[in-house]
Amino acid sequence: MISWAENGHARFPETLEAIWSQVGRACRMGITGPPGAGKSTLVNELARMIREEESTVGILAVDPSSPLSGGALLGDRIRMEDRTADSGVFIRSMASRGSHGGMARAAVDAMDVMDAFGMHDVLVETVGVGQAEYDVVAAADTVLVVLCPGAGDGVQAMKSGLLELADVIAINKCDLPGADRLTSDMQEAVHLRTAGRDKWASPVVQCSAGKREGVEDVLVAVKSHRDHLSDTLPDHRRQKRIQQVRQVVGERLDESLWMKGNFGDQVEAMLCSGITPYAAARRVTQNLLKSAQENQSSEFQA
Amino acid sequence: MSERRIRVLVAKPGLDGHDRGAKTVASVLRDHGMEVIYTGLHKTPAMIAEIALQEDVDVVGLSILSGAHMELFPRVRQELVDRGLDNVLMVGGGIIPGDDMQVLEKDGFAKLFGPGTNTDSIAEYIQTEISKRWAAEEAQA
Ligand SMILES: Nc1nc2c(ncn2[C@@H]2O[C@H](COP(=O)(O)OP(=O)(O)OP(=O)(O)O)[C@@H](O)[C@H]2O)c(=O)[nH]1
Ligand SMILES: [Mg+2]
Repeated sequence: MISWAENGHARFPETLEAIWSQVGRACRMGITGPPGAGKSTLVNELARMIREEESTVGILAVDPSSPLSGGALLGDRIRMEDRTADSGVFIRSMASRGSHGGMARAAVDAMDVMDAFGMHDVLVETVGVGQAEYDVVAAADTVLVVLCPGAGDGVQAMKSGLLELADVIAINKCDLPGADRLTSDMQEAVHLRTAGRDKWASPVVQCSAGKREGVEDVLVAVKSHRDHLSDTLPDHRRQKRIQQVRQVVGERLDESLWMKGNFGDQVEAMLCSGITPYAAARRVTQNLLKSAQENQSSEFQA
Repeated sequence: MSERRIRVLVAKPGLDGHDRGAKTVASVLRDHGMEVIYTGLHKTPAMIAEIALQEDVDVVGLSILSGAHMELFPRVRQELVDRGLDNVLMVGGGIIPGDDMQVLEKDGFAKLFGPGTNTDSIAEYIQTEISKRWAAEEAQA
């Protein structure tokens, strides 16, 4: 079923409908951060800890597709090896298949499927490199951003917008030098963003996932965010679903208006006549809106 | 909307610790547009089949250099069948003597590749085999 979601299979929507009443029970955690920060290692440790509480865990690990061949090497699983033998853990690797929104949609669908099939916790890992990857983790209840010393200073994390996304910040590889500095930088950044405002102040937690140290503190911080959401969780989730609907609407419009409308030739002609891309876009949009209106009024008459 | 891509699990069962070959094949397949899940060393047949199930792969590729191929290949096949994954294409590589190769290929094994095989031909073989299967699936549906 996850494959259907990934391939945009025509029967996915009706299948989702059949299990929809079961969706919404799982706690969803999104994990992102720069390449090599230790996300997969941390996910593996978190999963181990959650399993000790006798919960089941679904893990979705998204890795980039090669822009050249479209293929992908999905290697997050290597760091999650010792979870493979555990029947309470379901791990699925997914390739990002280009930057188009389809990836984010497929990933959310996959989380819904794991949720419906009874996973208590669903963890999704993406590399924090682009909008589509952000969209995936942003669909989770709690976003955990993983940073580590040595991979640039905290300023980069702030610039990339990662911090705005973070509900919890984990400073991983605290066995390495520079961790304390990074931690205090991040604490300061969070403080600047939230001080005096009625906003969630993302806790900054130190850990060394590779050494199994501090991981329980990360889990505690995630749970405190979940507690903080408590009553507002349904609303929080609905807001995220609105984004999902908006995205699917965009895709459907693209499909049914743009792709079927065969505008390629028209636009080519317009561009040959020397008008700017904006002028061409304006004409196309106006034509589309006009024909949509006409369709509507003819439906009224029918 | 999005197209279907061939998903391949590249796995190393057994005890030998050399995965250069497996990694090379994995990246060649990636360069041919496939989505390759690489598992790391020392997997048991049951683990490999379990991963194949979770990842819903079309192909399982095994790399065995330890000489235990006559034991490991059939066990992986059995674990796959136990999980209802009869349809998964199996390919294998490693140092496998010609006689063994014949026996294994007969036992419901799609294809084995010895050392020095042109890696592109592995990719081409997989592509041809899988497109046949997908076409058959579609004809059924
Ligand atoms: N020193 C140290 N190294 C660690 C720690 N945790 C993970 N690592 C190492 O960091 C490297 C990257 O770990 P991964 O878990 O694969 O990182 P990732 O963020 O998932 O990487 P990508 O998915 O490729 O972006 C590995 O070599 C780990 O062994 C830690 O606590 N301390
Ligand atoms: Mg990873």
